[in-house]
Amino acid sequence: MLRKRIIPIVLLDGFSVLKTINFNSRRNLGSPITVAKTYNTRNVDELVLLDIDATKQKRAIDKFTIAEVAKECFMPLTVGGGIRTIKDIQGLLAKGADKISINSYALENPSFIKEASDIFGAQCIVVSIDVVEIEDSFYIYNQGEINYNLELVDWIKKVESLGAGELLINNVTRDGTMQGGSVKLAELVSNRVSIPVIYVGGISDPDDAALIAKTNVSAVGIASIFHFTDFTPSDCRDRLRLENIPVR
Amino acid sequence: MLKIVDLEVGNIGSVIKVIKHLGVDFELITQPEQLIGASKIILPGVGSFTAAAKKIHESGFAQALNEYVVIKKTPVLGICVGMQLLASTGEEGGESKGLGFINATVKRINSFDNSLIIPHMGWNDIDTNEFPIFNNIDNHSCFYFVHSYAMTITDHANLNVAYTNYGEDVVAYVNKEHIHGAQFHPEKSQHVGIQFLRNFIELC
Repeated sequence: MLRKRIIPIVLLDGFSVLKTINFNSRRNLGSPITVAKTYNTRNVDELVLLDIDATKQKRAIDKFTIAEVAKECFMPLTVGGGIRTIKDIQGLLAKGADKISINSYALENPSFIKEASDIFGAQCIVVSIDVVEIEDSFYIYNQGEINYNLELVDWIKKVESLGAGELLINNVTRDGTMQGGSVKLAELVSNRVSIPVIYVGGISDPDDAALIAKTNVSAVGIASIFHFTDFTPSDCRDRLRLENIPVR
Repeated sequence: MLKIVDLEVGNIGSVIKVIKHLGVDFELITQPEQLIGASKIILPGVGSFTAAAKKIHESGFAQALNEYVVIKKTPVLGICVGMQLLASTGEEGGESKGLGFINATVKRINSFDNSLIIPHMGWNDIDTNEFPIFNNIDNHSCFYFVHSYAMTITDHANLNVAYTNYGEDVVAYVNKEHIHGAQFHPEKSQHVGIQFLRNFIELC
């Protein structure tokens, strides 16, 4: 039986790991290589690395950093940040990334999803979507602005039809708050597509990870509680197992 | 020497990383002539069967592999699309020919069940059936899979097959004499995957 994945999410500002709250208010947490090594030792299911300054600074996530991180990983590695060309993707795959996450540029030029998926295969292309919650409604958020012209459900369906192999849904409103994930958002997205969905944003503890994992999502992405509390990915998997959710 | 075939249709860096980690000498090859001196062959693959099948025939690797694997009996391990290439045909984007070492076709996973999430992506357990290549790996250990197509075996004679379950039984490992195929990615499967590759190198 396929297991639900618990995925540590590692954010970079170019070269250092950081953690944000509501995508702002940053804390620097050191070297991504050290962080990756720790997670590899902890035998995690997968690792996601996102450079959150890359798009704004008009560059792609640094492939030499990825090369160093990949050396420490014997598990799947997804990377994203500022990716806009086939050459960017080739460079990152050559340095040891397995999956490529595309966010802003997918909104700007949706046909890039299809182009990349046709070349590298759907399994390689993850589309990442930032979402804000306003009074129980969900809106797409991109580079500091809410997009009121594109419905979230329409976008996820479109992304799926263009050949994305996975969706990474970031709940910006709950980012870094450790207030609990949004079951409603996890359900909304995972019930509408037939590709794997990773929910990220606000997970407060292993119990909360289990609540999200009970929806149709394939994976729960977690950052803050692994950085700032004693909870580990294993604690989360153990909690899911108690709830009879299949985990590794 | 161990030869790792690079068909230049997908990232094989992870496979190389594990082989280096195991401290095994190898040569990464892009031309069929470089198979000379191969004691073992790894055929990795990521992406589409059609693209890989086209490449393996056009590059001359199909003919060369036939010589080394079928005639000279050099042990080979195909991984993911590399495993699918061992089959006779693939149905992804029209029918195309594989290497034909295993009597099988490659079809979309469980095409009758629309509710199933595709790709089959993540960790799934294998009924390892005590095959030697799974030596020192617990039965029902989880390995990392990521694929939308899978092998359907048309002739089981002389085959060892290990399955995983995803809506239906999915071929996870196939073996015929010295020919081995893994649908999962051992190079992405942490300790158990490293052990699996070590077993191929030391025991097969």
